[in-house]
Amino acid sequence: MSTSTVDVHPDPHGHGGEHAHDPHQQHHFTTMEQQFDTSKIGMWLFLATEVLTFGGLFAGFGLMQNQYPREFVEAHEQLQRLPGAANTVVLLVSSFTMVMAVLAARTNQAAKTARYLWLTVGCAGIFMCIKAYEYTHKFEEGLLPGIFYHHHGDLIAGSHGYATFFSFYFMMTGLHGLHVLIGMGLLSWLAIRAKRGEFSDKYYTPVDLIGLFWHLVDLVWIYLFPLYYLIS
Amino acid sequence: MEHTLTAGSVTGDRPRPAINYLNAEKGIWSWMTTVDHKRIGIMYLVAVSTAFLIGGIFALLVRLALLNPQHTLFGKVWVTAEAYNRFFTLHGAVMVFLFIIPSVPASLANFVLPMMLGAKDVAFPRINLMSFYLWCGGAVLAISSMILGAVDTGWTFYTPYSTTTDGAVGLMTMAAFILGFSSIFTGLNFIATVHKLRAPGMGWFDMPLFVWGIYATAIIQILATPVLAITLVLLLIERVFQIGIFDSRIGGDPVLFQHFFWFYSHPAVYIMIVPGMAIISEMIPTFCRKTMFGYRAIAYSSVSLALLSFIVWGHHMFVAGESDLANVIFSALTFLVAIPSGVKMFNWLSTMYKGNISFETPMLYVLSFLFLFAIGGLTGLFFSTLSVDIHLTDTYFVVAHFHYVMMGGTVIAFLGGIHYWWPKMTGRMYKESWSQIGCLLVFIGFNMTFGSQFIMGGQGMPRRYFNYLDQFQPIHAFSTYGSWVLGAGLFLTAINLLASLKMGELAPDNPWGGTTLEWQSSSPPITHNFDEQPVLEHEPYDYRHRTVTHV
Repeated sequence: MSTSTVDVHPDPHGHGGEHAHDPHQQHHFTTMEQQFDTSKIGMWLFLATEVLTFGGLFAGFGLMQNQYPREFVEAHEQLQRLPGAANTVVLLVSSFTMVMAVLAARTNQAAKTARYLWLTVGCAGIFMCIKAYEYTHKFEEGLLPGIFYHHHGDLIAGSHGYATFFSFYFMMTGLHGLHVLIGMGLLSWLAIRAKRGEFSDKYYTPVDLIGLFWHLVDLVWIYLFPLYYLIS
Repeated sequence: MEHTLTAGSVTGDRPRPAINYLNAEKGIWSWMTTVDHKRIGIMYLVAVSTAFLIGGIFALLVRLALLNPQHTLFGKVWVTAEAYNRFFTLHGAVMVFLFIIPSVPASLANFVLPMMLGAKDVAFPRINLMSFYLWCGGAVLAISSMILGAVDTGWTFYTPYSTTTDGAVGLMTMAAFILGFSSIFTGLNFIATVHKLRAPGMGWFDMPLFVWGIYATAIIQILATPVLAITLVLLLIERVFQIGIFDSRIGGDPVLFQHFFWFYSHPAVYIMIVPGMAIISEMIPTFCRKTMFGYRAIAYSSVSLALLSFIVWGHHMFVAGESDLANVIFSALTFLVAIPSGVKMFNWLSTMYKGNISFETPMLYVLSFLFLFAIGGLTGLFFSTLSVDIHLTDTYFVVAHFHYVMMGGTVIAFLGGIHYWWPKMTGRMYKESWSQIGCLLVFIGFNMTFGSQFIMGGQGMPRRYFNYLDQFQPIHAFSTYGSWVLGAGLFLTAINLLASLKMGELAPDNPWGGTTLEWQSSSPPITHNFDEQPVLEHEPYDYRHRTVTHV
């Protein structure tokens, strides 16, 4: 590999001296497109790690279900389908508002972007409230993970399967809920920036990437809902 | 001022720039907040070397404890069984999680990979810095676990012992969890960098083979590490809540833990060795003055090792109650690993054939690597053979095998890589003669320490045992003496390198006549690596049209 370089001059930024480019462009990128594509690859890779993290729990759940098939069917009847289904709808709506936010950002509509982002945050908030209602019910009934499980009237007395079911229920919905909370924080931050008019058709990378993250959070729930609420 | 750079020229024909990445900004704060991949690489190099020192001290303590079966030193018993368990656990955990996994990618690759691509930095410089601080956080947790009662489970944290034993298992698993994220962010950065920041004109098959190796490693870091993270979380929750997944007393399955653990940790073995191979692929053409033989085959073999690494984890459970069918399948798949490894070996040797070989320190490490990795790799086949595996599982034979791969492979390549890029990183030349003696001592000491363990293992000496039969005493003692020679060689090497920072001669831009882009920068490089965006004009390792003089 040989290179020929000529005309060495002091250049603190390494890209030709004068700042003729977009202020959002970092020095090690040549164009905004290159920067956008790179960020997108980074986000997809991060999402891959998320899928694998949840994947470990899905695999564990599957193996435990295989070990305690009757306990798992019985335990799932303690879950309330209506709030679960409502949450599914709420998240699907939030994915729609997220798409609209990205669209508004890349068509230079700052106020509309902020509005759709706040709507997405609102949906996430409703999701968390419904989840909190469900959790409260579980706490009252003693449907708790591991050693804290003290529900009465199980058909197979003394089986550890019930505790295992609720351990996984709380781990998986808890990890998912944590993602929703983080998403709410990120979306609020985006909404504030959008209101200030920071995004345009030239630079909307954060909206696009956090949008991807939000769709994944939604997607995980789409898998969690049938896994837990619709066992037969 | 105009000048032209020619690949393969030994000395740069331009004056050394007054301002480089080391002195562009001053003060400790400028280092702690830097997003320059070269500075982060240097900080990582210091950090992982410190971890290597700590892990190495525990290794010497383990060997010292096994000097004789009475565990006496100067007539006095000096170590208890509990202390011994902690020594080998800390040796393993520190070496695996703090040293060898981040070693090559986070330090050397962080420094040279963007330069090899002709880029100014990695794709996400701030995430790169975050990766370093995550490493520091993990290191703090790991060290606090040593102070607060240490861990005695072995680095594999097998259940049910790890869910029931006292001690700081929680802290150490938290440390490994955080270090995992540090590793993920490094890998994520490299993949994005390789995809989007290659110099104009550089296609995938114009990349140096080091980049291919690190790219393959990054794939494993991204795809395997999250599974370890969730496994360790499950282990922690099992300890606290007793959910009944891994602990057999409450309906859990300890072998399930082993499956989860090795689903990460077998690919992790390739996170450790593939970067070592990548360094070798870089040094061989440089020191043989020859175009790489079978460039594409080596590139593909790195990627196929990465993919194969995901489907062979079951060979860790051949005697743990895995079904016969699974055993046979995993055995067959494991044999496949020999193919890409063999492809690399044969291509390296073919490159050396009729090459104009010069024997500077990096090349001596290459030769050590070829010899030691051949032994380490071939003894691996013993373990993929089911019938032999049953006899050798959990003996010193397996200890010797993976040390020949991990230390004889990765660490030797890492040391070679440090010597190879030292002039570029520091702008100084080390004393060649002392480093050569260091390399020789490391080679002799290593073979004494671990070669003897093949013999012990073959005779049935179990690994990790505190006590042993008197018949093994002479071999154990020999192995311990070897560890002293090894330690002396490493110590000498470290002193020689550090001394060069003050006393070494100023390094030329291209001391070895390398052809890859990092040698086109000044030594040490300027903050943005190159004066102008380098443009690629021919494939890597092109020595055909160049006459190279050599000092």
